[in-house]
Amino acid sequence: MDRESGHKGLQVKPEGLVTEIVEDIVMPSLGADMTEGILVEWLVKCGDPVKRGDIIAVIETQKGAIDMEVYHTGVISEILHQPIVTLPVGTVMARVKLTEHSDRSKVTQLDSVAVTQVETRTPLASPVVRKVAMEQKLDLTAVRGSGPQGAILLRDLPETTEEMRASTQASKQSSGATKKMRGAIASAMTKSKNEIPHFYQSLDIELGNAQEWLKKTNEYRSPDQHILLLALLLKAAAKALTKYPDLNGFYENNQFVHAEEIHIGNVISLRQGGLVVPAIHHVDKLSVDETMQAIRDISARGRNGHLRSSELTDATITITNMGERGTDTVFAVIYPPQVAIIGFGKIREKLQLVEGDLVNCDVMSVCLSADHRVIDGMLGAKFLNALSKQLQKPELL
Amino acid sequence: MNAQTLTYREALRAGIEQALEDDERVFLMGEDVGRYGGCYAVSKGLFDYYGEQRIIDTPLCESGFVGVGIGAALGGLRPIVEVMTVNFSLLAMDQIVNSAATLRHMSGGQFNIPVVIRMACGAGRQLAAQHSHSWENFYAHIPGLKVLSPATHTDARHMLGQALEDPDPVIIFEHVMLLNENGEVSESPEADMESALVRRQGDDVTLITYGGCLHKALTAANKLAELNISAEVVDLRCLRPLDTDTFLGSVEKTHRAIIIDEGWKTCGLAGEISAIIMEQGFWFLDAPVKRLCTAEVPIPYPSHLEQAALPQVKQIVEMAQAIMEGR
Amino acid sequence: MNQKLHIDRTHLINQLKQMLRIRRFEEKCTQLYAEEKIRGFLHLYIGEEAIAVGVMSVLKPEDQIVATYREHGHALARGLSMGSILAEMFGRTNGCSRGRGGSMHLFDKQMNFYGGNAIVAGGLPLAAGLAMANKKQHRDAVTVCFFGEGAVAEGEFHEAMNLAVLWKLPVLFVCENNGYAMGTALSLSESETNIAKKASGYGMASSQVDGMNVVDVESATSTALDLIKTTSQPYFLECKTYRFRGHSSFDGQLYREKEEIRQWEEKGPVIRLQNWLKENNHFNEEDLDELESEIKAEIEAAIEFAEGGAWEDTADLCKDVYSPTQQGEPG
Repeated sequence: MDRESGHKGLQVKPEGLVTEIVEDIVMPSLGADMTEGILVEWLVKCGDPVKRGDIIAVIETQKGAIDMEVYHTGVISEILHQPIVTLPVGTVMARVKLTEHSDRSKVTQLDSVAVTQVETRTPLASPVVRKVAMEQKLDLTAVRGSGPQGAILLRDLPETTEEMRASTQASKQSSGATKKMRGAIASAMTKSKNEIPHFYQSLDIELGNAQEWLKKTNEYRSPDQHILLLALLLKAAAKALTKYPDLNGFYENNQFVHAEEIHIGNVISLRQGGLVVPAIHHVDKLSVDETMQAIRDISARGRNGHLRSSELTDATITITNMGERGTDTVFAVIYPPQVAIIGFGKIREKLQLVEGDLVNCDVMSVCLSADHRVIDGMLGAKFLNALSKQLQKPELL
Repeated sequence: MNAQTLTYREALRAGIEQALEDDERVFLMGEDVGRYGGCYAVSKGLFDYYGEQRIIDTPLCESGFVGVGIGAALGGLRPIVEVMTVNFSLLAMDQIVNSAATLRHMSGGQFNIPVVIRMACGAGRQLAAQHSHSWENFYAHIPGLKVLSPATHTDARHMLGQALEDPDPVIIFEHVMLLNENGEVSESPEADMESALVRRQGDDVTLITYGGCLHKALTAANKLAELNISAEVVDLRCLRPLDTDTFLGSVEKTHRAIIIDEGWKTCGLAGEISAIIMEQGFWFLDAPVKRLCTAEVPIPYPSHLEQAALPQVKQIVEMAQAIMEGR
Repeated sequence: MNQKLHIDRTHLINQLKQMLRIRRFEEKCTQLYAEEKIRGFLHLYIGEEAIAVGVMSVLKPEDQIVATYREHGHALARGLSMGSILAEMFGRTNGCSRGRGGSMHLFDKQMNFYGGNAIVAGGLPLAAGLAMANKKQHRDAVTVCFFGEGAVAEGEFHEAMNLAVLWKLPVLFVCENNGYAMGTALSLSESETNIAKKASGYGMASSQVDGMNVVDVESATSTALDLIKTTSQPYFLECKTYRFRGHSSFDGQLYREKEEIRQWEEKGPVIRLQNWLKENNHFNEEDLDELESEIKAEIEAAIEFAEGGAWEDTADLCKDVYSPTQQGEPG
C-alpha cells in the first residue's frame, strides 16, 4: 500500500510539449494513532534535488523527533509550510517535481555530490549532547538536530539517553515523553482490540535442528558476529509468508490489501518503558547473515530513537519475541492496520515421542494472532506448520 | 526582632551605624558625607550623632582621601571610605590598585589593608555619561581586592559589617536605582559575603546577574514562568572572588545560561563569567551562553536613550525564549 | 642647630660609617646587577646618603617611614639588615619582603618601614593616612615620607599636602630634590622651582636644607620633629641634593653634563664629612681603613646571606595576595 496519502498531479505546460509530474509531500501518518505532527525543520529548500529515501524534514511526534523521508526522486518545487508548525496528517507540506524519468544521470550525479557532503560533515551538537553521546557511545551522525544550524540539542536525543543522563532535571522531561508514548500505545492497542476480531493459534515448534545449526555456525565467529535464533525465526517467518501471503498486508477501508514486500516489524522494549516497532525490510530477500545485521542495526537505533519514519510505518506484519525472559506463550495484539502478529515464547524442554522413544526436546510455543476478517483458522494452521518446517532445515533459510 | 522593612538607603545607613557602634576604630570619610549628609543621603544624620572625628568630610580629592583611608587602615584603623560615584573613583584608582591591592603582596604578607571603599554605581537617573557607569569589572580584575555588589536590602544592611571584618581591601558597589526602594531586611546576613545565592529556583535556564539587574532578572523570571519557562536566578553578590561553584552548579542543572550585566559587554564581567562556564561547565551546555549588557555607548542623558542602553526585562525574557527555542 | 643634638666625634664617625655603608653597598649592587644577581630596576642613592642618614638618626623606633623606589639608603639607615635587603634584591625568601618586592619594594614591619612605593607621589597619601591613624590612636609617632622633587608635579602631592595641614596630621614630608625627575630638570617641569614655597602655599611650615650635609639634615629634622609635636602640624623639609649615578641602572645620562656631575661629586656628603673629620684631626687614614674593612665584611656577609636564601616554591605563587581567612585563601 502506498502509505503516502498524497495525490499525483499531472501538469501540462502551456506549450503542451513537455509534461511534468508533481507529487505532493504530505505530513505522513507514522502510526495508526498519529493525527498530527510538528514540522520542526526542513532539511531541503526549493530547487534541491532529492532521491527517494532522502531525509527531507524533521517532524516531532508523540514518539519524539522523526526523520521524514521523501518517497520520490525529483526536485523540490514548492515548500508550503515553514517550521515550527503543527500540521494534521495528510497536509501538503511541499511538492516535488519528478525527474526519475527525465534525466536520470544528472540526478544521480547531483545525489552523489550531496551524499558526499553529508558524509563528511561532523554533526553539530551542544556540549551536553556530546558528553552524553560519549558516555553512552551514541552515534550522533544518526541524529538530526533541531537547534541552530541543525545542531543536536538535548531534546533531540532519544528518551533513553535523556533518562540516563546525569542531570536530575532530565527525568522531568523524559517522564513527560514516556507518558506521551504510553498514550500512543494505549490508543493503538485499544483501536486494535476494539476493531479487530482476534483469534489465536499456537504450535510447539521443535528447535533442536536450529540450535544445532546455530552452535555450529557460531563456533568460529566472534561474539559480535554470532547469529541469534531471532534471525532464523524472522527468515522462517518470511519464507512461510511467501507461501501464505494473505497474512502479509493491511486491512483498511473495510478491505484487505496484500503487501508485495515482506517488512517484518520487531517489537523492541525500551528501558524506560514503552515500545517501538521498527520494521526489517525485505526479510524474504535477505540472507540469514544480512537479517542478523539488520536486527542488530535496528535494535541499536530503536533504543537510541534514530529510526527512520518508514521503518516505523511500513511493517507488513509484526513479530514479538521476549527470548529467555519471556513467557511460554505470547498472545499478542495485532498492530493495526496489519492483520497478523506472531508471538514467540521462550524455549522450553519437552518430552516427545520420536520413533517410539521418549526424547527430551527443545521446543518453542509459537502463537499466531490473526484478524478473522481476513484470515481463517485453516490458513493460520498451515502457516504455523510451514514455519515449523522451515525451522527444521535452518541450512536452507 | 525579625525582618523589618527599610529603604536600601536606610539599610546602608543602618549598616554604617552598626559598624560605628561595634568598633571604635571605624570611621566614615568621603566627600560631603558629614554636614551635607551624603550625596545620596546615605549618611544623613550620622554627623550630628557621631561628630567630625568619626564622620569626616573630605575635600574633592579622591586619590588623596582614598590614599589616606588606605594609610589609616595600614596604621590600624577600620576606615569606611565613600567615593561619591564609580566614575570619580577613577581618580583614586592609583591608590586602590597600586597601593591597597599590592601592599600585602609586595611586603611579603607583612602588611594588610583592612579598608572598605563604598561607591555608588549604575544608571537610570538621567545623570548622563560621567555619573552613571558600572565598572565593577575594573576592580574585579584586580588580585588583592574583594568586590561586593549588594543587590538586596539584607545585603545592603549586612555586607558592610562583613567587609570590615575582612583583613583585606573590599570595594562595595551600591546601585543608585535601589536607594529609594523598600525591602525587607533580615536580622542577620544571608550568607558569608563571598558566596553567590540562588534567588529563585528554576530548571530551564540560569539567569546570572548582580546588583541593579537582580530585580530585573527576577521580574523576567516571573514573566518567563507564565510562558512555561522555568528560570533560575543567581545573584553573584561577590564579584571578586567569584563564587563559581554556585553558578556552575546552576548551569549544570539548567544547561543554559544568560548573564545580565549592567557593565559594557566588551572585556566585561559577563565575558568573564561566560569564559568560566566555557572552561569549567562546557559539557553542561545545551546552548551557547548569552550575554545581556549595556549598549556600547557612554550613558546618554535622555531617559528613553538611557533606558534603551540598559538591559531590560523584556530583553531578558526574549533572550530566554530564544535560547529555549534553540534560536 | 637644635640644642638637643649632641654632635660629637663618635656620632659623626658613625654618621660617616652609615653613609659609607650605603655607598659601598650600592657600588657592590651595580656589580651584582651586571652579574645578573639583581634584576629589575636598580635606582641608586649614591650622592644622596646624607639625607637618609641624617633623618633616620633622629627618629625613634615607633616612627614610621614611607619611602620610594630609591630606598636602599633609607632601609639601611633605618636599620634593616644589609643581608635582608640584598636577599630581597636577589628575590629570595629571606629578603625583607620575602622576595616579592625586589629593589623598589623593601618592607619591614618590625622597623615600621612601610616600603618603597614605586608610584611617584603614591606614598604621600599613605603617609598622611598612617599619620591619621597615629593621631586617632594617640600614638606618639611621626610618619616620615620621603619623595623626590618629581613627585611635586603629581596631583597626589598636592592632595596630600592639603589634607595633612587641613587635618593637622603628624607627618614629616622630606623632599629629596636631586634636580632631575628621571632626565627632566626641575626648571623644565615646574613653574615654581622653590619647592618649600609650594608647601607654604598650603600653610605648612617648611625649610630648605643642604642635603649634602648630614649634620644640617640631622639638625633640620630634629627641629622639624619638635615642631610637629608641639604644633600638631605636618612639616615640609626640602633637601637639596644630587644623584651621582643615573636614574636607574640603564641611563645614558644624556640630559646632563659630566662636568656638572663632577662638581657635585666634589661636594658629596661622604667626602665632605671625611675631609672635615680629617682636617679637624678626629679621623685618619687608619680609621677610614678600619671602617672600610668593617663595611666590606658586612657586604660579604650580606652576599653570603642573600645567596643562601631559598627561592620561593612556585606552588606558593599566589600566596599573600589575600590574608589567610577562616575560609582559606580565595582563589
